[in-house]
Amino acid sequence: MSHGHAEVLTTHDVHHDEHGVHHHHQSFISKYVFSQDHKIIAKQFLITGMIWAIIGGLMSVLFRLQLGYPDQTFPWLEDILGNWAKGGKITPENYYALVTMHGTILVFFVLTGGLSGTFANFLIPLQIGARDMASPMMNMLSYWFFFGGSIVMLSSLFIQTGPFSGGWTAYPPLSALGDASPGSKTGMDLWITAMAMFVVSSLLGGLNYVSTVLNLRTKGMSMTRLPLTIWALFFTAVLGILSFPVLLSGFILLLFDRHGGTSFYLSDIYIAATNTALPNEGGSAILYQHLFWFLGHPEVYIILLPAMGMASEILSVNSRKPIFGYMAMVGSLFAITILAFLVWAHHMFVTGLNPFLGSVFVLLTLLIAVPSAIKVFNWLTTIWKANIKFTPGMVFALGFVSLFISGGLTGIFLGNSTLDIHLHDTYFVIAHFHIVMGVSAFFGMFAGIYHWFPKMYGRYMNSTLAYIHFWVTLVGAYLIFWPMHYEGLAGMPRRYLDYSNWASFNQFGDLNKFISTVAIIVFATQLLFVFNFFYSIFKGRKVTTMNPWGATTLEWTAPIRPGHGNWEGEIPEVHRWAYDYSKDGRDFIPQTEPIGPNESHH
Amino acid sequence: MAEAVSTQRKKIHPHKFTLWVGIGSIIMMFAGLTSAYIVKSSMPGFSLVKIPQIFYYSTAVMLLSSFTMQWGLKSFKERGMQQYRRLLTVTMILGIAFIVMQITGFSQLWNANNKLAGSAGAGQFLYVIFGLHAVHVLGGIIALIVMFIKAFSARIRNYNSVPVEVMSTYWHFVDLLWVYLFVFFLFKS
Repeated sequence: MSHGHAEVLTTHDVHHDEHGVHHHHQSFISKYVFSQDHKIIAKQFLITGMIWAIIGGLMSVLFRLQLGYPDQTFPWLEDILGNWAKGGKITPENYYALVTMHGTILVFFVLTGGLSGTFANFLIPLQIGARDMASPMMNMLSYWFFFGGSIVMLSSLFIQTGPFSGGWTAYPPLSALGDASPGSKTGMDLWITAMAMFVVSSLLGGLNYVSTVLNLRTKGMSMTRLPLTIWALFFTAVLGILSFPVLLSGFILLLFDRHGGTSFYLSDIYIAATNTALPNEGGSAILYQHLFWFLGHPEVYIILLPAMGMASEILSVNSRKPIFGYMAMVGSLFAITILAFLVWAHHMFVTGLNPFLGSVFVLLTLLIAVPSAIKVFNWLTTIWKANIKFTPGMVFALGFVSLFISGGLTGIFLGNSTLDIHLHDTYFVIAHFHIVMGVSAFFGMFAGIYHWFPKMYGRYMNSTLAYIHFWVTLVGAYLIFWPMHYEGLAGMPRRYLDYSNWASFNQFGDLNKFISTVAIIVFATQLLFVFNFFYSIFKGRKVTTMNPWGATTLEWTAPIRPGHGNWEGEIPEVHRWAYDYSKDGRDFIPQTEPIGPNESHH
Repeated sequence: MAEAVSTQRKKIHPHKFTLWVGIGSIIMMFAGLTSAYIVKSSMPGFSLVKIPQIFYYSTAVMLLSSFTMQWGLKSFKERGMQQYRRLLTVTMILGIAFIVMQITGFSQLWNANNKLAGSAGAGQFLYVIFGLHAVHVLGGIIALIVMFIKAFSARIRNYNSVPVEVMSTYWHFVDLLWVYLFVFFLFKS
């Protein structure tokens, strides 16, 4: 190889260590579309997630109309939904399609992709002091797999047989047999394809988050000086990396059952619709449930941990107090991560699970109450006797704590295998998981958006609209889900479209109307948030100081509108932990300030 | 910027680290599949298969390719570029041979009346698990082809050993994974 013009590369360093901030002009495409800047990718995740949230939320409004007013017709429904609502009434198949897609969209595309996709991308490099992710290329691919999966999932709404309709958990045989229901045909294939792409996206993202946190921290940023947001996002990524592949293996077996005629999940089935007995023998639908819930339970924490991390940070900043029990917070995040992998069978207590095995899972499940209670205790002691600044981010963080307590307590009921016999698949379960991981994760997400919006766009969101958004959503969430506990205790099962012929649940007719009405109001209020968000991007009040909240963490040492590379010149060096608030008579001490000679220990 | 990098106590290159985490992720997928197999194989009526002879030969090919890959890495580090290119080519050819042998094994099984359709059995798992492993080897071969093109390209002369190290780690991993899966099936069916 003796070509004179040969270019010799000696890249011992990762590429983003070689440059500070990009100064050259980029085209619109490479800057905003196929961007490798973690901040742009974060915004792409956020806005895609918001679009999904509107679609998924609107679905809940539609099926709440059916649940609240089962005897009425709404001719305008036919205008917008066509065949889905013949004569102004949602057909049973499409009711199931709506609840299935609502679950899939909210759990995966909003609260996983939209939440950890946004904040892991945005906060990890900024808060650990890195110019970008370990592999910006993989990071970009992660978003585009998410986008591709989104398009496939969205397209399944428009096919003739409709999207998948067998519940977001996609249990076989409904998910394995095309003849089982209209939604089990092409809709299910698109569902699996979209989910497979989503899993790839999560894995690419998660790999990046973990190696970035462990390898690219700036000088002085030891692991115990990390803000709790980073710890939470780190454990979230670990959970995803270890559990999503198992889900993928479950989906692969499902694909073979659908199209290869194998018997992984199928056994002894007679389909009445086509009057055929299937040759499959020896398969087990329970196997799918094990593979699904081995992801499915960690998934709950994949959704919740980022919210916990952001709430910890925002509570501390706005209380002007150090977070109480930093190491206990990290330890409890770690404990939750470990326990998340050991409790999956509590979703399967009524599948004929061995009662002795069930009791082990009861014990492990109830153990999660310990780290959860430690976290709640620490949040409460952090705000205890604090001079609280009720910023929009702060009120949502407080709302998160409230919802996490309310929803967490009912988890103790459901974690008992004996109580679960009565409560399984009732509205009690719906109420529990919507409060503890649905609404509370949304509150964590809103808190994060309001708090870091100035960093994202260099402007503030409107506070008045934010407070309206907060109060209506908080009160509305309780009004929607609290009554569902009573319905569930009375035995009202989930996934039915009409309870009016059911004498024992007739008493809930008015309650269901009430819940539906509140649901519509709360949904409308979310549109107010969406308006506030987009309006503020262009017209919001401009941020004039680098550190508007007076926070200690590194992202506020970067320019108001940081370019690709985050800091002009050198990356700041870290000298202390992230929670020096109200210390030695000072309001806060940034992480970049060296420890003084006479400084007290925290 | 160079000082800032050296002070970042980096024991392992981020790309290598990412690969190790990714390997953990792939292990979880095959752990899921093989534990599904264990659960299912204890059920009544689970039919077993006879492993075709050719999988022994493909195991030998895979082990050999791991050896040539490691040798290639050593040559690269010693700047023996001719040697490296030769060994990279051999590794790639062995990888392709492995895939061909796997496909041959599948068709032998298929012809011995181990179809996908029908009752639960080891054959169905074998196609899925060995097939997925082959997909991972195929991914490695694509990466090898990219490195092959780079190694023979006149324009770029690159002495950074990280990509070669990442490649060889991945290659050894799919090799070990294959040995695990093969032994698993030998004992379990």
